[in-house]
Formats: sequence, C-alpha cells, structure tokens
Amino acid sequence: MWNWLGVVPFVAFALLFLILPTMQIVLGAFRSPDGGLTLANLQGLMTPNILGSYVISIKISLASSIIGCLVGFCIAAAITLGGLPRWIRGPLLTFSGVASNFAGVPLAFAFLATLGRLGLVTIVLRDWFGVNLYATGFNILSFWGLTLVYLFFQIPLMILIITPALDGLKREWKEAALILGATGPQYWRMIAFPILFPALLGTFALLFANAFGAVATAIALTGSSLSIVPILLFAQIRGDVLGDPGLGYALAFGMIVVTGVANAVYVWLRARSERWMK
Amino acid sequence: MNRVWSWLALAVGLVYFFLPLLGTLEFSLRKRKGEYSLDAYAAVFADPAFQATLGYSVLMALLTIVFGVLLIVPTAYWVRLKLPRLRPWVEFVTLLPLVIPAIVIVFGYIRLYNTSSFLPLTGSAMGTNMLLMFGYATLALPYMYRAVDTGLRTIDIGTLTEAAQSLGAGWVTILARVILPNVLVAVLSGAFLTFAIVIGEFTLAALLNRPAFGPYMQLLGANKAYEPAALAVIAFAITWACMGLIQLVTRFSKHTRASA
Repeated sequence: MWNWLGVVPFVAFALLFLILPTMQIVLGAFRSPDGGLTLANLQGLMTPNILGSYVISIKISLASSIIGCLVGFCIAAAITLGGLPRWIRGPLLTFSGVASNFAGVPLAFAFLATLGRLGLVTIVLRDWFGVNLYATGFNILSFWGLTLVYLFFQIPLMILIITPALDGLKREWKEAALILGATGPQYWRMIAFPILFPALLGTFALLFANAFGAVATAIALTGSSLSIVPILLFAQIRGDVLGDPGLGYALAFGMIVVTGVANAVYVWLRARSERWMK
Repeated sequence: MNRVWSWLALAVGLVYFFLPLLGTLEFSLRKRKGEYSLDAYAAVFADPAFQATLGYSVLMALLTIVFGVLLIVPTAYWVRLKLPRLRPWVEFVTLLPLVIPAIVIVFGYIRLYNTSSFLPLTGSAMGTNMLLMFGYATLALPYMYRAVDTGLRTIDIGTLTEAAQSLGAGWVTILARVILPNVLVAVLSGAFLTFAIVIGEFTLAALLNRPAFGPYMQLLGANKAYEPAALAVIAFAITWACMGLIQLVTRFSKHTRASA
C-alpha cells in the first residue's frame, strides 16, 4: 500500500533535474515574450543560417555514427569471430572503455597535437614523405576533421556494445546454415544480420545522439569557426547572440526533436525486427 | 583469409587510436626548443589555477558519487523488491540523459532555477555548486543505475531481505550492511565511471560558471601552445586509471567469489 513511498526520492530527483528542466525548454519554445502560445520561435529557426547549422550537425552525426558503426563492427567481429589470439580481446575492450570516455576538451587537444598544422602526423608526412597535408585541402577544423575526431569515441562505444551481441551468435547456427548449403555471405545476410539488427540499430541511435549533443570537443577544437547547433546554442545561452531568447528555446527544442526522432525510429524498427522472435 | 581481414581491421584500429596518443605525448614534450623536455608539465603543475580547478572537480566528482549511491542503490533495490512493475519506467527515465543533450538540460536549469524562480539555486555560489552536482548526477544516472541494477540481478535480494528482517534488521541496516556490500563491485564500477565523466566535464560547468577542470582546460587551450597537450596526457592518464580500477575491482571480486 505504501510501497510507492520508496521511489519518492528518485521521482523527485528525476522531476527536478531532468523532466522539469526539459519541459521548461519545450514549453519555452512555444511561448511568446508576453506568455502566450506562439509558433514564431520555431519559425525563427527557418533562416538559412540556423537551418544550415542543423544540416551540418546532422551530417557530422550521421557520418561519424555510420563510420563508427562500420569500423567498430569490423574490429568487434575481428576479436570475436575472426580467429585472433584470445589475449587481444581483454586489453582491447579495456582500451575501448577508456577511449569511449576520453571525449571532450582533451580529445580535441590530442587531435590538434597530431593533425594540426604543427602536429606530429602533419610534420612526419611533410618531412619524411614530402606530403603537405594542408595543401591537399585537409583541415582538422572542418566537417571531415570533426568527424575524424568524433570517431575516437564513436568506434570504441560501438565495440563495447556490439561485442556481447556478436558473442551471442551461436556457432551451431552457422554450422546448420552451412550444412544446408548456405554460403558465408548468405549466412551473414539471412541469419546473423537479422539477429544483430536491433542491437546495431540501437547502437546507431546512441552514437547519433552522442555526436549530435557533443559540445566540448567541438568548442575546444574549432572555437566557433564551425557553426554546428551545439556551438550555436552554447553561444546563445552565454550571450544571446541570436538577439532573441525565444529563439534559444526553439534551438534547444530542435535538438531534442532530432535526438528524439532518432530514438523513436530505433524503437519502431526494433519492435518490427523483433516481431519474429515471439 | 578470414584471419587476414581480422588482423587488418585490428591494425587499422590500432593506428587510428595510437597515433593521436603518440602525437599528443610528442607534442607535450616540445616546449623547449630543439630538445624534448617536461617543461610543459612543469608549467601546468605549477599553475595555481590547475590545482584549484582540478581540486574542485575531484571534490565535485566525489560528492556526485556519494549522492548517486545514496539515491540509486535504495531506488534500484526497492523497485526490484517491491515495485517490479515500475522497472521499465524507471529504466526509461534513467536512459533519458543519453537522449536529451546535456546542453539542453543545463539550459533548462539556468531558466528553471534563476534568481526569480521558486528555487533560486543559481543565486548563490553554494546553490550553483549543488545544481552542478545534481546535474552531474543526472549525466551519470544511466551508467550508475545500470551498474547497480546489474549487480542486484546477480543476488537473491528477496531471500536476503527476509533473512535480515527475521533477524530483526530495519531497512537502513538491510541496505547498508546486506545489500550494499553485495553490490559493492557494481557500485564501485559505476563510481569510477562517474569520476571519469565528471572530472573533465565542460558544458555544465562552463554554462553554470563554476571553476571546474573542464573550462580551465578549454581556456588554456585557447591561450597556450604546448600545455594543452600536456593536459590531454594527464586527462588520459586519469581516465585510464579509472577504467583500470574498474577492471581491478571486477577481477578482485571474481577471485574472492571463486575462493569462497
């Protein structure tokens, strides 16, 4: 009868520091300066400038999560199914734990020190191989530069999440498929992939949200030269650079919508792909 | 053939992950012209702001861990024991911080707890510190809850609770002396992860204007050449130490359980 009292502290905490602050933003996006309901804030987002920053943010998040998923999957498959020595696995998973948490400001420093204009790789390429990296159009402060940096935490995260799923693939399934005449690619396409699909999708959605909300790495890396949504919102919260508080709410609301849609797609596809399991 | 591809994938991964670490290390030693030296590290350690901000962040991390354990262990225990129907909902809420970007959450804090609100936390330094701590607890919620909940799954909390109750233990005694020791390894794993997250966190601390390690690193990065690389090496060492400790306590627990 009084059992619910036990979760009161948790519910209070979640309301005060997670739900209500988020609701505040969502409601703020639809509120005019005098307190009435309005869609003007959201309409204010429809400038080429702001839409452009959403597009580039989504592109970076997509690129880094797609490549992160692919590369992470290959490495995870290599250590689980690829016939590598057993001892590689433990250190690699530990390292993935470290690297997936090594985001933010120091990660940006690491890449500036490596691929910046005076970085180790840039200098080695120049002095030893005669390749001027920056003359090829490469720049660490660009779309592909930021994507490359984000991969440093995206790939390990993928490895950490997908390795248990790959461990769950039973050897018998592959043997049964091969005995029935399936080829290797057929086994992957018709058996392993459908089984792994929910896990792959879930990780993809997580990686996407992870990259989309990343603020610290981008700011430490590019200052404000690359106009992605988190940087724009950061500047807006700091000093109302857009000159309209309502627009700040709308910008933040847009971020929730994007990560929310990514996760809704995941939940929907997952429900679909798991239907056959019942 | 299969194995060749595996080695190739691993090699590509190794090159990608070790070059930045090597590059950072090399760069951090370049401060003195013409030779490698530890000058950048000496400059960082001698900076009073480094000591102050790192101290602040360590303290915040410890407070976050204490608060997180006090909040999450009883909740996860209670939900498993008495309210199993609520579990999917609680789990859903604990995963929300992975979906809602941290910058949006802190934006909400700034608007909700400003000086003219019902709970003016941002009005004083102490209040803002508390708000930052609650914010960190929110960021750590997914990791902490999952670690504790996984730990609880491996023990029979129903039987343990009845046994403790029949010996006359109250709820506090049960939690502190029966449940917590049994999930200590899980709690410690969550705690070290929380520590690693909080110590270098930038967004919350910067937007709440607190003198934490993350904003300090960013400021140094905008103004100095070689010190940031030294900081990155230090930050990587801290993260590595936290993950190493998680491995250590996990292995230690397996060992004691096997010998018992």
